Amino acid sequence: MSFVCWLDDYDPAQRARLGGKNASLGEMLAAGLPVPPGFAVTVDAYHTVRGHPEVRQAVTGLLDEVDLDDPAALEELSAAIRRRIEQVPLDDAVAAAVRAAYAELCERCTAEAVPVAVRSSATSEDLPDASFAGEHDTYLWVRGPTDLLRHLTRCWSSLFTARAIAYRRERGYDHDVVAMAVGVQQMVRPTASGVAFTLNPRDGDRSQVAVEAAWGFGEGIVSGEVTPDSFLVDKVLGEIVQRTISDKAVEYRLGDGDRVERVEVAADRRTAPSLSDDQVKAVARLARRAERHYRCPQDVEWALDADRPDDQAVTLLQARPETVWSRKAAKPVASVADPMASIVATLVSPLHTRGSSDTPGP
Amino acid sequence: MADRFPSPFEIETPAGAEGWQELYTYSLPFSTDRREYEDSMFWFQDGVHWPEVMSPWDATFYEFALASLSQYNTRHYLIPPALGVDFRVLNGYAYLSPVGVADPAEIEARVPHFLERAGFYFQNWATLYEQWMGKIRGLIDEMESLSFEPLPDKEDLAVVTEGRGMGSGFELQRSYHRLVDLALQLWQYHFEFLNLGYAAYLDFFGFCKQAFPSIPDLAIAKMVAGVEVDLFQPDEELKKLARLAVDSRVDGAFSQPSAAEVIEALRGSDAGQAWLSQWEASAQPWFNFSSGSGFYHTDEVWLEHLEIPFGFVRDYIAKLREGVDISRPIEAIRAERDRIVGEYGELLATDEDRAAFEQKLGLARVVFPYVENHNFYVEHWSHSVLWRKMRQLGGVLAKEGFFGGETDIFLLKRDEVPEALWDYYSAWAVGTQPRGPVYWGRELERRRGILTALRSWSPPPALGRPPEVVTEPFTIMLWGITGESVKQWLGAGDGGGDGSLKGFAASPGVAEGPARVIFSADQIGEVQAGEILVAPLTAPSWAPIFGKIGATVTDVGGMMAHAAIVCREYGLPAVTGTAFGTKTIKTGQRIRVDGNQGTVTILEG
Repeated sequence: MSFVCWLDDYDPAQRARLGGKNASLGEMLAAGLPVPPGFAVTVDAYHTVRGHPEVRQAVTGLLDEVDLDDPAALEELSAAIRRRIEQVPLDDAVAAAVRAAYAELCERCTAEAVPVAVRSSATSEDLPDASFAGEHDTYLWVRGPTDLLRHLTRCWSSLFTARAIAYRRERGYDHDVVAMAVGVQQMVRPTASGVAFTLNPRDGDRSQVAVEAAWGFGEGIVSGEVTPDSFLVDKVLGEIVQRTISDKAVEYRLGDGDRVERVEVAADRRTAPSLSDDQVKAVARLARRAERHYRCPQDVEWALDADRPDDQAVTLLQARPETVWSRKAAKPVASVADPMASIVATLVSPLHTRGSSDTPGP
Repeated sequence: MADRFPSPFEIETPAGAEGWQELYTYSLPFSTDRREYEDSMFWFQDGVHWPEVMSPWDATFYEFALASLSQYNTRHYLIPPALGVDFRVLNGYAYLSPVGVADPAEIEARVPHFLERAGFYFQNWATLYEQWMGKIRGLIDEMESLSFEPLPDKEDLAVVTEGRGMGSGFELQRSYHRLVDLALQLWQYHFEFLNLGYAAYLDFFGFCKQAFPSIPDLAIAKMVAGVEVDLFQPDEELKKLARLAVDSRVDGAFSQPSAAEVIEALRGSDAGQAWLSQWEASAQPWFNFSSGSGFYHTDEVWLEHLEIPFGFVRDYIAKLREGVDISRPIEAIRAERDRIVGEYGELLATDEDRAAFEQKLGLARVVFPYVENHNFYVEHWSHSVLWRKMRQLGGVLAKEGFFGGETDIFLLKRDEVPEALWDYYSAWAVGTQPRGPVYWGRELERRRGILTALRSWSPPPALGRPPEVVTEPFTIMLWGITGESVKQWLGAGDGGGDGSLKGFAASPGVAEGPARVIFSADQIGEVQAGEILVAPLTAPSWAPIFGKIGATVTDVGGMMAHAAIVCREYGLPAVTGTAFGTKTIKTGQRIRVDGNQGTVTILEG
């Protein structure tokens, strides 16, 4: 039984012990994608707490007694269970394993107390991962072993948020249908970040990668507060074929005390491209690698890590299947049946009169 | 922004050019006789082939080319929506207007004929193309066999003893007629395949644009482009000669300043003699290579202006001495083309599309060697021979005092040359003085004045009311004219002036550097390493300088412009068809050429 598993040692057979999120990161690392380093705290660690008599008693006892239709009572119940999980003494072996892994991560990142993201990575042998996505907690900018252990237990306890309890009850699931692994991953301090689609979101063109980028953290883009710079990169030629630089008035940066703060962008940077051409191409290549690996169009989140050398600065934060164009049934563009008819059609109705915005010209 | 260009009837004759119309076939100038029709059409200046004023004889190829192009669309293959391209001259400049088939029923009626006729060519392309090569070489041989000599004092005795019953004066006139016939025949051959080649290319182009709506045009061009193309062969021959000079240690001869002195130095050794033999072998046919479009008698041909090819050989020798690999990486080019095709193919959504992609690419590649190679055989090789023959004839008449020099013959219309020959012949026959020397002496003086006045005029890019969209496929392929470019011409008069130009994204990549604006081939020597070449257009024979420039910007041309093809070959960014590049950019200014987006930005200066 091991309590810690490095993400770059990921073995698909271990998926159930690591949870979906960790497995996905592990898979990306195994594919050679530049995901920030980290380790998983396996469900075995969680079970040392869940199996603790006090916790066991609290869960079964409390759940039996409380009227789950009463929101106030549910909140109270959740708080009580979570408190218990967070307060029982941590198994020595678990604590030692996590401390050792964190120390090694610091060493790998050549940082004293490397800031990490501590993410819930719930797992279930009976349920698809997606059915409990977003139900549990994630903590960012955690530094030092003590803080890490504290947030580890908070991730575990987030299996018993009021929302999660209600969700399982609604679905009629047993409360032990899910277990909790936790991912501990180096935080990226980005100079710029954004998203990339491995197709052109405007027309579904699969030969292009669309890159959106803005200064600092991706919060501004996600919330729509910042209009990102946008680029189109041809996958095959590897060239930027369209570039729109926007006025980026605000950015999210890391301030004092590891707090992400919203600041005004200095005048000279507002309309400057947030990525160099080489960086745009590097992001596009990264997105393309993810697409090749998953064999379907991807929607990825990336960041330009200020703490890495320039040629390795682009890191992948997340990759998921693109859904809008990918759901449309592929319709053949042309048929081989009558090539001459196709030539006549080309001559009689040239492409640029067919309502397409793309004419063969400037 | 104006919504139309000036009417041809609003354009004034430049002072001193009065009577210019008489310098061309009567059907060439705009005239009130056809005013209603001519005013209803949209005309654009063909800067791709005829960027300058045409002298009277040079208009011959203009007329032959446009009539031949048109004839194949209209009468041979019945291209369903397209008749020919009408052509006029205004103040000495070429203006074209594609003529469509207006009636949808008529288009429909042309389809079965097109299917049968074009279908035959597509199915038998390889055989017909091989046959074409034979025809064109036969034609060149016949042109070479024509000779123009001064008429003898007395006919050879053999003319009498063999009972020929005809004389040298008759032969001279017949040879000229034959030469003109061969020139028209040449242009018939030129368009035997070209329009169909473009049609197949456009079909593949259209497929790619539907499958990948944002695919760059140049990616499509790259998939179709040939690897070993005759148009690159003259440059390859120069490299071969440079290598031979270095390997056989005769490269020292190239330190001589002039071609004549280099040759003199080479003659002095066996190795030098061997080099000269190789030169001869390369020169025929490959140095029948024009430094211009080949449409002007003033375009310099390598074979006749040795300073040009010797200069390039000298540059290549210098590179070889520096240890630079000047060879064309054929295998790498081929591998890159295969990679591009493979990856786009992989990205197609269905297997059916992949099958269609392969089929259309297959046909495009069958037809493309003609599209790429014909230019060498027609505009370079055949035209070089023809200009040479014409100068020979001009020399004969100059010797008789008709002209001040051999090239004065190009100041005559092609149908005036028989009159001058008749004058020469008949006076020779009678044994008296021809009128020509006085008559042409006076007339040519007048014509020179007119042409000078015309050259000082700058032609508007177009005339008349433009269509909403340009639909004629060949107009787009050959001249790079689209609804967008027309709008841009119209808008250019309004200023704009943010220091940027838009054109075709013709070859990918981005480059910055100092601009070098040149207007003709004789300025090529001014181009320094690392500069960005800015020119009205480029010619295939400029290839050797592409090894040292950073990017190219041209005023005219589209994806298939020579500059576009060569830049893709050399991996240099290019933006073609900017319309105003040479007018806007000044030599020495730092500019940024974005060959991915088709923009040129003036950064400073």
